[in-house]
This record gives sequence, C-alpha cells and structure tokens, in this order.
Amino acid sequence: MLVYVLKRIAGSIPTLAIIVALSFGLVRLAPGGPFDEEQALPAEIKANLQRAYGLDQPLPVQFGRYVRGLLHGDFGPSFKFKDFTVTELIASGLPVSLELGALAMLAAVLLGVPLGVAAALDHNGPGDRLIMGGAALGVAVPVFVVAPLAALVFGIYLGWLPVSGWEPGKLADMVLPAATLALPVMAYVARLARASMLETLRAPFVAAARARGVPRGRLLLRHALPAALTPVVSYLGPAAAAILTGSLVVETIFGLPGIGRYLVQGALNRDYTLVMGMVIVYAAFMILMNLLVDVAYAWLDPRVRPGAGH
Amino acid sequence: MSAARSLWRDALRRLAGNRAATASALVLLLLAAVALAGPAISPYTAAQMDFSSMGVAPGLHAGHWLGTDRLGRDLFVRVLLGTRLSLAIALLATVVSLVIGVTWGAVAGYAGGRVDGVMMRAVDVLYALPTLFFVIILTVVFDRSPALLFVAIGAVGWLTMARVARGQAMALMRREFIEASIAAGAGPARIVTRHLVPNLLGTVVVYATLMIPQMILVESFLSFLGIGIQEPLASLGNLIADGAADMETAPWMLLEPAGCLVLIVICFNFLGDGLRDALDPRSA
Repeated sequence: MLVYVLKRIAGSIPTLAIIVALSFGLVRLAPGGPFDEEQALPAEIKANLQRAYGLDQPLPVQFGRYVRGLLHGDFGPSFKFKDFTVTELIASGLPVSLELGALAMLAAVLLGVPLGVAAALDHNGPGDRLIMGGAALGVAVPVFVVAPLAALVFGIYLGWLPVSGWEPGKLADMVLPAATLALPVMAYVARLARASMLETLRAPFVAAARARGVPRGRLLLRHALPAALTPVVSYLGPAAAAILTGSLVVETIFGLPGIGRYLVQGALNRDYTLVMGMVIVYAAFMILMNLLVDVAYAWLDPRVRPGAGH
Repeated sequence: MSAARSLWRDALRRLAGNRAATASALVLLLLAAVALAGPAISPYTAAQMDFSSMGVAPGLHAGHWLGTDRLGRDLFVRVLLGTRLSLAIALLATVVSLVIGVTWGAVAGYAGGRVDGVMMRAVDVLYALPTLFFVIILTVVFDRSPALLFVAIGAVGWLTMARVARGQAMALMRREFIEASIAAGAGPARIVTRHLVPNLLGTVVVYATLMIPQMILVESFLSFLGIGIQEPLASLGNLIADGAADMETAPWMLLEPAGCLVLIVICFNFLGDGLRDALDPRSA
C-alpha cells in the first residue's frame, strides 16, 4: 500500500511539471505585456519596469527563475496588486477557500448519500420520484443561478442569513455559500448512490446475507452500503473539481476573501503572475484530491487494491 | 446502405416513443426559432435604451413583455439574443471538440500499439489538468472575443470524445468488414474516413447532445464572471450577472435569463438521454 501511494505521488510530478510549463508558455504567448496600459508608458519607464520584473531576460532564463521560485514557495510578485506577492495573496485566501470547500464537500456527501439510499429503498415510490426530481433539477441548475437566488430568498426576503461578508470563525457567513456550492454535487452524489445501491441490493452476496438471516439494518449498513459507496468515492475527484470551479462564483457573489475571488480579479485585471500562481495551486490541489480518491478507492474495494490477486 | 438507414429509422421511432425527449426536442426547436426570428420582429434593438421606461417590470402595458433593465433596454430582445449567442457558441465549441476528439480517437484506435499508447497518455495528462482554469488563462492572455471563446472551450472539451471514439474504434477494428476492407487493399486513410468515422456517428450524436448543455454552462459561467462575452453583447451568462447585481429591486432581470438557461440545459439533457436509449437499446 505504501509503495502504491509513493508510486502515485511520483507519477503526479510530471503532470504538475506539464501544468507549470503549459501555464508559463500560455502566458508568454500573450500579445502585449502586463504594462501595456491604456495610457502608454514612456519607453524608459517601461524598460525599467520590465527589468525590475526580469522580463528583459531570455525566456528560458525567466522560466528557470520562475521554477526555482516555485520550489521555494515563491510565486513572484503580483503585477496588479502592488506591494503584494502572489504567495501572500494565496496565503491570505487559502484558509477561507479551504473552509468553504471542505464544508461544501462534507454537506454534499453527508446529505447526498442518505438521500440516494433512501430513494433506492423506495424504488419507484413517491419518495424516490421526489428525490430524483430534485436531483435532476440540482444537476441542471448551475451554481451561478442558485447562488444569487439563494441570496435573494434567504438573505433578503427572509433575512435569515448574511448575504455577504466574512469574519474569521463566524459560521453563519459560510452557510449560504457552502450550501449553494454543495447543491449540484449533492444532487449528483444522490443519483450515484441510488443507482449503485439498487444494483448492490440485487447482488448475490446481499441475497446470501439476507438468507443467512442478517438483520435488515445490519444488512444495509455493513453489507450493502460499503459496496454501494465505491462509485461515490470515485466521483469525489470530479466533485472536488466542480466545487473548485463553483467556488470562483460563490466567493465572488458572497464576497468571501478566498483564492477563487483573487483568480477572477486576476483574470479581469490581466494579472499574469497571479492567474498563473492560482492555476498552479488549483492544479496541485486537484492532483492531490485525485491521489487521495485513488488511495481511498483501493482501500474500499479489495478488487482494485494493489497487489491483490497477484 | 439500406441497413444503415433502417438503423437510424429504428432509432428515430424509439426516440418518438420517448415523451420527455420529444417534448424537449420541440421546446428546443421552438426556442431556437424564436431566438432566431424574435429580434427581427421586435421593435427594439439590444442596445437601444428607452428612457421613458427604465427598470420596468414584465407586463403588456409598457410595450416591453419581459420588462427592461436599469438602462431601459428591452429584456425580451436581450434574452433572445443572449440565447442565440450562447447556443451558437455552444454549438461551435461542440463541433470543434467533436472534430478534434473523433479524429484523435479514431486514429489512435486505428493505429493501436505504441502510437495509441502515446496518444492516449497525452489525453490522460490533459485530463488531469483543471481545464476550465486553462480556459481562464486563455481568456486572460488573448482578447476576449466570442470566436476565441468557442475555440478555447472546444479545445479543452475534446478529451472525453477522444476516449469514447478510441474505444469504439478499437472494437470496430476487430470486426470482419474492416478485415475484409484491409484484405481488399484499403489504405489507413480510407479505413478511418470510410469505415471508422461513419460507424462512430451514433455515439457522436449522443455525446454532442450531452456536450452542448455543458458548453452552454461553461460559456455562461465565464460570461457571468466577466471574462466571457462582454457588453454590449448579451449572452445568458452576462444577463444573469447583470440580473444578480439588481435582484433586490428588479428580480425579473435575474429570473428571465436564468429560467431560459435552465430550460435549455434540462431539455438538452432529456434529449441526450433519450437519444442514448434510442441509439443503443441495450443500455436502456
């Protein structure tokens, strides 16, 4: 198992390297530079700025310098948030984004799985129809529609929850953003859990357990549920991606100072170093999530456990 | 040839029997027709400001069926134009990604062996990347034009199609008619274009129908964030963003484009599911 984990970590290094090279290359393909403002700068000032940021060096030198910086946790200076380095911006936003993402992920799984199982147990009944209808809607309605609507209904009409702003440690600020972020993922998890639970309940090993006289609760929780969970676990990688992209919208709408908002602002301001740094952080996070999912998958499903059957 | 025609006729018959899919197809056709014709019939244009009725709620009396935004622009016209642009970008992006994906997959499936390995490894690596973030880099780096947007979205959307096409192509390569064709002296180009790609069409149609709503969502997501379609052009995404900004005083500005978007996405999903069942009865 440890060898498997180490192998997967080693395998993800080339992917990360490609991501760094690709984002660096794309940004340098840009026609015009970060200092091409509407009011043209005098030539000497522009040359000075470029020298200060190292943009006058040949590309391979710039790339080498950027990679060396990355290895030391230095993403370079932000071009538009003057006086801030990208690393500082990431460090200030990351805790907020992590809290938001973790809450959304937890809510999606902890509510989605029971809903899906409940629908499966009531196969084709009214509860099943209701849950699956809701799930179909939840999958189709994008976060950027749900978020403003939720803010309108719960924040403004009902006045139950704060609509925007964030204070450290205040959970109420996180409820609406995390809930909207969780909704589509929860809907998808419910669908997956229902489908795989239905399949598992028809599997011979469940029938065998039932024949042995295993009580119903134990049958569901100990025998059927773990087997039915594997598709949900393998969906957690894509789910993390969905939550990451959704967080760009949610952080912007609810005014949370996370890294998603910095990425959007960086993109709007054409702040190249900021966008590159954010993309690299997101990509690294995605790779880490996929790694964790694979490991969890191997742990849950003996058939794909490395070394099994050899 | 007659066998191919009857396969499609069979599929069409099965599709017609699926009420949700048929209704969705009709709704989409109707919506597309209105989006194409509507702006020409309407007395207003997208950018025209009616200073006597700014921020008017939907209704018949003011001459603006769906109301106006805070600048007095007619929302009926703007929602229709937005729908048209969003649909057009999604369709073009889907075509781009299908052409790349099917070609890539068919060639990999045809070649097999080491070529296949290298081509699919490339797909695997790209798959691990957060594609949407690369679209964001592209929009930052290049000018934000609708043309770039669909190329960028399409360029990252072809991966799934490549995988599916490759799997199908590999299965086809083991079939007797391909073997017969190779025995008769057909070259690689002929095998790929005359035998593999036509036989992939059924799968391609299903994936296209399921891909269009994804593309619409990506486009409106970017436009919502302000890095996609820019004012004064209207797309569903930037109309929703506009509406979200004014939702306290003018909720219809949010609800109309959002409702339109959700309707389109749900209809395409139903239609895609119906097509999948119709073209592949085994999976139903």
